[in-house]
Amino acid sequence: MNSKIIKINSVSFFAGFIFAIGLAISGMTQPQKVIGFLNFSDWDPSLLFVMVGAICVHMVAYPLVRKRSSPLFDVQWHVPDRKDITSRLILGSALFGLGWGLGGFCPGPGLTTLATGDLRTIIFVGSMIVGMILFKKTEIYLKF
Amino acid sequence: MNLEQYLSPLIGGAMIGVAVTMMLFFNGRVTGISGIVAASLAKPTQEGLWRWIFLAGLICGGVFIQLIFPDLLVNLSDRNLTQIAIAGLLVGYGTVMGSGCTSGHGVCGISRLSVRSIIATLTFMFFGFLIVQVLS
Repeated sequence: MNSKIIKINSVSFFAGFIFAIGLAISGMTQPQKVIGFLNFSDWDPSLLFVMVGAICVHMVAYPLVRKRSSPLFDVQWHVPDRKDITSRLILGSALFGLGWGLGGFCPGPGLTTLATGDLRTIIFVGSMIVGMILFKKTEIYLKF
Repeated sequence: MNLEQYLSPLIGGAMIGVAVTMMLFFNGRVTGISGIVAASLAKPTQEGLWRWIFLAGLICGGVFIQLIFPDLLVNLSDRNLTQIAIAGLLVGYGTVMGSGCTSGHGVCGISRLSVRSIIATLTFMFFGFLIVQVLS
């Protein structure tokens, strides 16, 4: 492994670690809070501030970082630039939203709470991976 | 609503913002957890190793919290195993079809004002609200 790859992998580990701590401090790793945030009749607005905090930091940082011609440890950017609004984008996001509200987990918190050994987390992560594989296997049959 | 109630989410959110900024600044990558998981299911390559390592960091972060503040990871929701299993399938299938989740679309995409990500986020929030109303 060359030194660039070691640097890229070290950053990836620390970013993943900080991301997990952020999720836990923010409350995203407690499905009851996520469900409370998505409940109109007894709304718990606290999780709104997770988005506010994350977006405030990244929205300021993004244009500054992109002023560089390339990232520090790579020769090119790997940022998606698609603009097309597709049926897949809408239907996929709708299915994800239903799953998010049903379980109270999105992918990051699911993985972060694996450390609890809680059966519900393990089932969630397992079935999420099955769902991902299922999409890749059934994608060719989709007519849109 | 007291200070504590929104200060922790704000600080946690800012840390998430720092983590995704690190991934962009050093590696030029968007931190979309669903995309990272889905891509890491493919045949491993040396160039793609960072995905496994990011996920290892995420899981180790969880272990660290479990050791010092286990209360932050407790699931007190009323959802049963069947609901959780269906939820996982929907999240996995939907995020790959829609090319992103809360992190990729909700944080990274919105921050760079991607119209696709704004529409995706509004859509998953709407359907999340919808199912929670139906179930409560």
